[in-house]
Amino acid sequence: MSCEKNGCKCNGNSEFKFVQLDPVIEKYKNVPGSLIKILQAAQDINGFLSKDIINYIANGTGIKPAKIYGVATFYAQFRTKPIGKYLIMLCKGTACHVNGADMIEEAICEELNIAEGETTADGLFTLNCVACLGCCSLSPVMMINGEAFGKLTKESVKKILYELRNQERAEGVK
Amino acid sequence: MRVIVGQGSCGLAAGAAKVHQELEKQIKENGLNIHVEITGCIGNCYLEPIVDVIDDQGVKKTYVCVKPEMVKEIVEQHLQGNSAVEKYLISKEDSAILRKQKRVALRNCGIIDPTSIEEYIALDGYKATEKAVTNMTPEQVVDVIKASGLRGRGGAGFPTWFKWDAARKSPGPDKYMVCNADEGDPGAFMDRSVLEGDPHSVIEGMVIGGYAMGAVEGIIYVRAEYPLAIKRLETAIEQAREKGFLGKNVFGSKFSFDIRIKAGAGAFVCGEETALIASLEGERGMPRLKPPFPAQKGYFQKPTNINNVETFANVAWIIHNGAAAYAAMGTEKAKGTKVFALTGKINKGGLVEIPMGLPLREVIYDIGGGIRNGKAFKAVQMGGPSGGCIPASLIDTTVDYEALTKTGAIMGSGGMVVMDETTCMVDMARFFLSFTRKESCGKCTYCRVGTKRMLEILERITQGEGKDGDIELLEELAAKVKDGAMCGLGQTAPNPVQTTIRYFRNEYEDHIYKKKCTAKSCKSLLTFSIDKDKCTGCTSCARKCPVKAISGEVKKTHEIDPHVCIRCGKCLETCKFKAILVD
Ligand SMILES: Cc1cc2nc3c(=O)[nH]c(=O)nc-3n(C[C@H](O)[C@H](O)[C@H](O)COP(=O)(O)O)c2cc1C
Ligand code: FES
Repeated sequence: MSCEKNGCKCNGNSEFKFVQLDPVIEKYKNVPGSLIKILQAAQDINGFLSKDIINYIANGTGIKPAKIYGVATFYAQFRTKPIGKYLIMLCKGTACHVNGADMIEEAICEELNIAEGETTADGLFTLNCVACLGCCSLSPVMMINGEAFGKLTKESVKKILYELRNQERAEGVK
Repeated sequence: MRVIVGQGSCGLAAGAAKVHQELEKQIKENGLNIHVEITGCIGNCYLEPIVDVIDDQGVKKTYVCVKPEMVKEIVEQHLQGNSAVEKYLISKEDSAILRKQKRVALRNCGIIDPTSIEEYIALDGYKATEKAVTNMTPEQVVDVIKASGLRGRGGAGFPTWFKWDAARKSPGPDKYMVCNADEGDPGAFMDRSVLEGDPHSVIEGMVIGGYAMGAVEGIIYVRAEYPLAIKRLETAIEQAREKGFLGKNVFGSKFSFDIRIKAGAGAFVCGEETALIASLEGERGMPRLKPPFPAQKGYFQKPTNINNVETFANVAWIIHNGAAAYAAMGTEKAKGTKVFALTGKINKGGLVEIPMGLPLREVIYDIGGGIRNGKAFKAVQMGGPSGGCIPASLIDTTVDYEALTKTGAIMGSGGMVVMDETTCMVDMARFFLSFTRKESCGKCTYCRVGTKRMLEILERITQGEGKDGDIELLEELAAKVKDGAMCGLGQTAPNPVQTTIRYFRNEYEDHIYKKKCTAKSCKSLLTFSIDKDKCTGCTSCARKCPVKAISGEVKKTHEIDPHVCIRCGKCLETCKFKAILVD
């Protein structure tokens, strides 16, 4: 479906799902200080903040795209690139650092063949390093799509990733 | 019979959800009628998942490190048969750890169900709010907090009453009470545990503070990385509204006050109060010059007061139990208790709340159970990237603002990361600098460029390329960044460098002049070799080596070519005979 039919003003280059953002924009566009909330909603809908969706928000709120981009790139939570199906957030906070987070990162990179910030070619995994997930006493810790895994070792982290990938393959076959 | 599973983020990470499921399943299979309840983090994170069973006489038994496989036995023997499975219970030693603590801010954490306002009310919850808004004037509330000696727990330790009073006296009808739940120190989780385990205590503190300063609204700024805390807060706020503890005419008084949540988006600097305000306004979270202080011009230029989560969690207790009871704990200048997140190379890591004035030695050895694997204690980092390290020689320093500041470290918000002989202090300084460099918002030059230059030097040193004069250059830069930076982030960023140089200058010198890392942690400075007596010539290391630096015939001693070796450590992992030597 073309987005113009849905009253979208993005010159036709956005996806249909952007209209899901309309109620959020409508609700917040006149509430000062709501840009971060709108961006959070946009990222939930789209997975990341593309140029198109930023322009879409700019059109809807009257805020300049440059300013939106400035806010989006200031905060670690916002992504301007798409991510894989599984977002691995590896903690590199102090407690995890002291307990060998670098080693875990090596293991993940080895297993997935990507560097921090990258996504695997099959689009399954993205690795992001973050500072402290608040489970420091179980360090080293990582979170995959919101689920936390603690007391990691090189072996356990490889096993977790291996199992996830197998599960995906099995589902693919089905 | 009641069954309660600890389900803070740490418990969940340790597998509490699976234990919960299994409990429900087994209870059903055994035809029992017991509802499995949840609670927050009790603090003994190293024992998670934790399950409490309370029998009809009120006797509580605590099971620790519970795995789904253990559940069947617990259900059949204890829930069904009424006799505890002794072998899974918490040890006497571990349960004694809780008794050494003094719980005020954490009074309900791990005890009540954080999603039930009834349980909170049953433990005198919201009595303090009722007393304050119906029986006390705002001035009286300020006076009680003043008499209690409560100081901010967010790091700086500023007297709470003073801030409330300033905001109260600031002119203007619309004032805001903000809760700083950004908890940026990477390696600390005190605020998370309070928000997840006892959200109502924070709400109460905000209502009472809001009443004292005359605020119309409260805003809780929560870190994006804490989804569970946000969920529990949302539930709690909704419940408080329904009961009339929030919203129009709190407890039927003339005071109206509501609270909303604002999720942060991941930026350490947003913990700084003026940056936090910028972020609340939907802007880039860049700090602003003070003055004007938030008490005069804060959120959208309106008078605003900002306190830390733990500060708020103390307030209701003080109003309810009286200022004298609070002031009776602690030292002359530091009253009450402080929560610490004890982590790193410690045996019994977790959350501890202690009276101010306790020596660090007691915290680390008596409560934390000492250092893991019998290694030697080297230092403890307090206050995260803004703080400093305290070396083993100063382990008898007491926990109070002045004594800690004297060491060059700070009380901070409560992060206490313990390091042992295998932690390289130069690498720790590099680690913190790389954090602050990344989190610097870039507004002022000293912080933006200064931290980068310092990081470059530290990286060089840890990579074995340190030069004569590097330490002095670091010292000079540290002093300048401290003086020149605009906000607390830059002003405190050099602390880890300064304290490690102060106490561990020899490690810096070893790196620079001897090209040695005594902790054996900086890879570039290690040499790998093979112990001739232990090597059996099994060839497995040579096969694993990614750069073919290892040579040797089968059943004969192998050798590593140091010029080819990239120090990846693969051989060390592979060798079954402990024949790889690292120096
Ligand atoms: C870089 C930086 C980060 C900070 N991060 C936090 C934080 O995560 N949580 C917090 O409560 N205070 C933090 N603070 C301190 C706050 O600016 C402020 O002093 C505090 O929230 C006041 O509350 P209190 O008086 O109750 O301690 C930070 C300060 C700086 C300079
Ligand atoms: S440092 Fe990794 S969870 Fe806190």
